[in-house]
Formats: sequence, C-alpha cells, structure tokens
Amino acid sequence: MTNNKIKMNLSCPMPKLDFDVITLGHGSGGTLSQQLLDSGVFTVLSNPLLDERHDGAIFNLNGRIAFSSDSYVISPIFFPGGNIGELAVNGTVNDLAMCGALPKYLSLSFIIEEGLTMIEFWDIINSIKTACDKAGVQVVTGDTKVVERGKGDKIFINTSGLGLLHPKAAIHLNRIKPGDKIILSNPIANHGMAVISVRKGLEFESEIVSDTRPLNHTVKLLLDQFGDSIHFLRDPTRGGVASVLNEVASDGKVGITIFQKDIPVNESVAGACEMLGLDPLYVANEGVFIAIVDESIAHDVVQFLRQQSDTAAACIVGHVCTEHPKQVILASTIGGRRVVNRLTGEQLPRIC
Amino acid sequence: MKYLSEYRNPELVEHFLKEIRKTVTKPWTIMEVCGGQTHSLVKNGLLSMLPENVHMVHGPGCPVCVTPLHLIDKAVHLAEEKKVILCSYGDMIRVPGSKKSLLDAKALGADIRILYSPLEAVNVAKANPDKEVVFFAVGFETTAPANALSVIHAKHLGLTNYSILTSHVLVPPAMEAIINDDTNVVQGFLAAGHVCTIMGMGEYYPLVKKYKIPMVVTGFEPVDLLQGIAMLVKQLENGEYKLENQYSRVVNEDGNPAARNTITQVFESSDREWRGIGMIPGSGLELRDDFSAFDANKKFQVDIPKAEENKDCIAGQILRGLKKPHECSQFGKQCRPSNPLGAPMVSSEGACAAYYHYSHTEEQMETI
Repeated sequence: MTNNKIKMNLSCPMPKLDFDVITLGHGSGGTLSQQLLDSGVFTVLSNPLLDERHDGAIFNLNGRIAFSSDSYVISPIFFPGGNIGELAVNGTVNDLAMCGALPKYLSLSFIIEEGLTMIEFWDIINSIKTACDKAGVQVVTGDTKVVERGKGDKIFINTSGLGLLHPKAAIHLNRIKPGDKIILSNPIANHGMAVISVRKGLEFESEIVSDTRPLNHTVKLLLDQFGDSIHFLRDPTRGGVASVLNEVASDGKVGITIFQKDIPVNESVAGACEMLGLDPLYVANEGVFIAIVDESIAHDVVQFLRQQSDTAAACIVGHVCTEHPKQVILASTIGGRRVVNRLTGEQLPRIC
Repeated sequence: MKYLSEYRNPELVEHFLKEIRKTVTKPWTIMEVCGGQTHSLVKNGLLSMLPENVHMVHGPGCPVCVTPLHLIDKAVHLAEEKKVILCSYGDMIRVPGSKKSLLDAKALGADIRILYSPLEAVNVAKANPDKEVVFFAVGFETTAPANALSVIHAKHLGLTNYSILTSHVLVPPAMEAIINDDTNVVQGFLAAGHVCTIMGMGEYYPLVKKYKIPMVVTGFEPVDLLQGIAMLVKQLENGEYKLENQYSRVVNEDGNPAARNTITQVFESSDREWRGIGMIPGSGLELRDDFSAFDANKKFQVDIPKAEENKDCIAGQILRGLKKPHECSQFGKQCRPSNPLGAPMVSSEGACAAYYHYSHTEEQMETI
C-alpha cells in the first residue's frame, strides 16, 4: 500500500467528501478507493498494525490460537438496537469467545453495492470502531470491493478473527456428559424479533431491540473462575437455542431435556412471537450464550453470571441426560413433553 | 403474559383433565377442525394426557393444505412472469406444486414477497406502477375480510395493477361433507374459534340440528382445548347435541358484522375444489363481478395442464380425519418437511408437520 496519506483530522462527524454515494470507482483501487479508505476506514479504525498499510498485518502471537470467520448479510442493515457493522465485530468476537479464546485481532472486508450512501457507510464504520473498543479488539487488515447495483444488498461484511486460547479453557462437544446443566446467559429471541419487526412487509410497532453485544469479557471471567468445569459454550445465533441443543444431542450419546417454564423470554418478544406464530427457541440471538457445565458448579455459575451486568438474567434451563439419546425434549409448562426438532428452512409467519 | 398465561395454567389444565376423566365412560371420536388447534394439541403434549377413550382426529382446517395443486402451479407460473410481483403469506411458499414451490421459483429469480397483511400488497402495487402485483389470497373465513379489504382499497386508490388469486374456502360446508362421507367416524366437533370470531355461530346451528351432532366453538390454548373437549364429552355422554361456545372471550353470537359485510361486499360463494378431498359445493369464495378487474384468474389467462397428486400421499384421508399422519407409509421417510410429498407436511397448521416437528420418533408416536 502507498504511504502518500492524505492527512485529515477527522472526528465523528462525517468528513466533507466530493461524493455522497459509493460508486464502482470506489472499489477500483484507484484514487476514489484511496479517498474512501483514507477518509473512513484507516482514520477511524487507526491502530499501529493497521497504520502500517501493508498487504497484511504482521505480528507475534504466542500460544494456542483460535481462528474464526463469519460473513454478515443482514437485511435491513440498520435495525433496532444496532447495525451490520457492530454485528460483524460482535459476531466474530463471540465465535472466538465460544472457543474459549480471548479475541485480539480482526480482519474486515466489505462488499458494497454501488449506491450505498456515505452517511450509511460512515455510520457503519463508526459502529465498528465503537464495537471494537468495547470488545477490546483491533482491526488489523481488510479489503473493500464495490459491486454493481443489483449484485449485492447494500453492504456485506466479512470479519475473521484471531484470539489466544484462555489457559484454563477446555471446551469441546466430547466433554459434555450426562448430568451436566444447561445455562442460558440471557433472555432469548431479541435479535431475531427486532430484525423481523422492521423487515419489509412485516413491520410492526415494538420496543424490541437487538441484543448484539460482545460476550468475550464475561466468558473470560467465567473461565478464570470455573476453568475446565465449563464443558461447552455456544452462542445460539441463526437457528436459535433449539439448533444448538440439537447439534449437541446429535452425536448420539446423550439426550437433552429443557424446561419451558425456565426459558427466559422477555414479554414483548414472547408477544411478537405469538403474533407471528414463531417459536422463540428457533429465533436468532446475538448476545446470548449457552453454557453446558458440570452439575457441581451450575448454581455457582448462575450466581456468578447474575452479578455481571450483561448476564443478570442467567438461569439453568435444562440438563444433559441418557434417557432419550439424540433428542431434545421440552417439558412444557402444563406438564406435557414434546420433541424440539431441528428447523427445516426458515421460520415463516403463519397465515392466521 | 396477560390473556395468554392464564390459558396455559398447569392447575387449570389438570382441572379440566380431571373433569374429562370423570365424565368419559365410553370411546368417543372428536375432530378439532382447525389446524391451529391440531398444532396446539401436539405441541403442548395434550394428546398423551387425554384418557384413552377420547380419540382426537384432525380436521381439514389448514388453508394451505387444501389449496389445490393447480392453483399453486398457477401462482408459480404467474410469479415467473417478469412483469409480476407475487405476494403471499409465508406459509404458502414452501408448499410443493407439481413441479416446484414458490420458494423454488423465488430462488430461480421470481419476485415473490412474503407479507403479513394483504394491505401491504396494495402498497407494493402502489409503489410499483410498472409491475403487476398479485396477492395469493388463500385462507378460511379468518383471512377473507383482510383480503377483501385489500381489493376495496385498491379500487379506492384507482389501482389497475393489483389483483388477487383466490383460494378461499369455507368451514361449514367442509364439516358437512365430512359428516356425510360414508366413512365418517367423527361424533363431535371442536369448531374453529377464529373462524367463528368473524362469522359468529349462526351457520352452525342448522348443522347441529340436521345431523344431531354436538359442537363446541373452541380456542387454541391448552386450557381452551381441554375445556372444549370436556364440554363436548359431557354432551356426548348425555346423548345431547348442542352448539356451545367455549371461546366466549373472543367469539360472540353474531361474530364480527363489519368483517362479514366486507366479505359479502367483495366475495360470493362458489363451488370449490379442496386439495386431497375434492369438490365441495358452495365451499369457496370468488370475487363478485363488480370486482372482476381484481381477479387474477380473469386478468391472466394461464393454461396449465392439470397435474397428478403424488400417489403415495394420503393427505386426503388425513384431512378428513380417517388416518393419522404416522399411519402413512411415507411419513418421516420419503415425506419430511425438507422433502414434502403433500401440503400437510409443510404448513405450520398441517397435521403431518405437527407430528413431525413435535413427536416424530416411534416411541413418541406410540403415545399419541
């Protein structure tokens, strides 16, 4: 990369630019690309590794490393409680945290559809910066491409991340054993219902906001305290809690029982789910984790999580058992039992 | 949640279960008409809580399931027209047509939009004057008022690019067809609560009287369903046949006159083919001549060969309460939600989907 930086002293307000929408030229690698990067990405996200402007970041990392990647294609790109930018940071940060890692560096790649306004892009960049600061990670390398109108959906973002494994972490599917308790860190289904409330054709008035947030700080404290008694961690994003639990049960050795009365769902979210005929167990979350922990420490874990501001509603929702291998069974509030199956395709609102 | 948690109260559930157990002395076969009721029964595990003598069979009240194959083919065909934006309720788009579903067509580039309200489709038409917007208007009496209102709105706005592809069906003629069927096993009905919210109870008295069959208009929550069953079992045991209303917090005698008027302003009754069941006289709704400009069937001349149903699918017997989903040789094998042979495996109100999602293992089936 070049060193002839255009020095601009930028703060949060958008810089004055010759353009107000992003065009194909901004992805050409030429002058317009340079202007876009200099005025936005490099300045806002500045850190010593990124400021090198090399083709890639060069650094030392000693120890066991977790490496994760995810792409973000959410529509609409702005939704109650967040936008695609902070989602892209928190999502990868959380994936690393679920491995038991302490997230450190991210890559950040944009695929932008021409016509995205600079105001939107600027808001996204600033959200990325805020989310990085909150999670304690740095963007150290990245890429920007612009595609023709109709070939994308405003903006797609890919982030990959590296983190050092927590020295006490021993998180793996094969560590789950009968008797383990299943803990949910927060009320579920907020993110999915916040997004659906503003989706075209389905708009409804609600106060529901996305729960997108970094989980790495809480997970670090959890591992500091409980170490290898935390057998498994997973953030139930797409497909929701039901999909994660089915994945756990699918190896065939264990079954899972959960109790409907214990599953935390905020009232407004439960109401929206009822209205649209959606099951909150299948709705996406962006700030919740499932911890499967040794029975002996389960209550201590819940007490510990409840003292953290981000996980004050944590609770035990079920346990791992031997009775119905491969199956997730829900004990309903009224005393019935039913299978919680894998989702087939997307959940769709019902007719009546 | 107010007005919801009360109807999922474990003590009340137990209270009505006790009442049913106390009342029942011999086997009774009861049909819940609406697919929403079927799902609630299965999802809440109620079927396994009922005494053996109370045998629930599942009715035809799944609008998506009874929409004829050739209409789905027609919707797919229209959606594939470059000029057309096809709008639909979410349930409909996964149902297999003879060659593909609307979801398949969408993946191949058709402009198909999932909406929650047909009035939103009118907005789509207003915003896209160079396109033809077609709303796939399926449903029972519950969705008919909103679908009718969309046509009234479009007419009021002077829109010429909005039309609806109607597949509207009516519940009472279908219940009558089930009663009249030679193979009928149903001795009492839980009538569909939300249909009666619109239509009231008037249409059901003649059926009760003519066929001497008890009916209870029933809601959808566990307490609603068990109370409805308790009321029906009491009538059956006493040899009575009355129309009763369990769902009185929502349904009144007259229904919703404004909604009914909207339906009659726009629609008139017609003979209608039900997928899996066949032609039932007077069981459908068609647009009146005054609104024929909004009738997609008349606006677009689509000539589609009549397709054959999959021979292995027993949806017709399931929709008439003659068989249970797990009694089908293809259930959970060839036929799954990801590869459905028939509509009841797809819809959120289909009986096969309910059984598959909530209790598809063999051990579970034995308890149903």
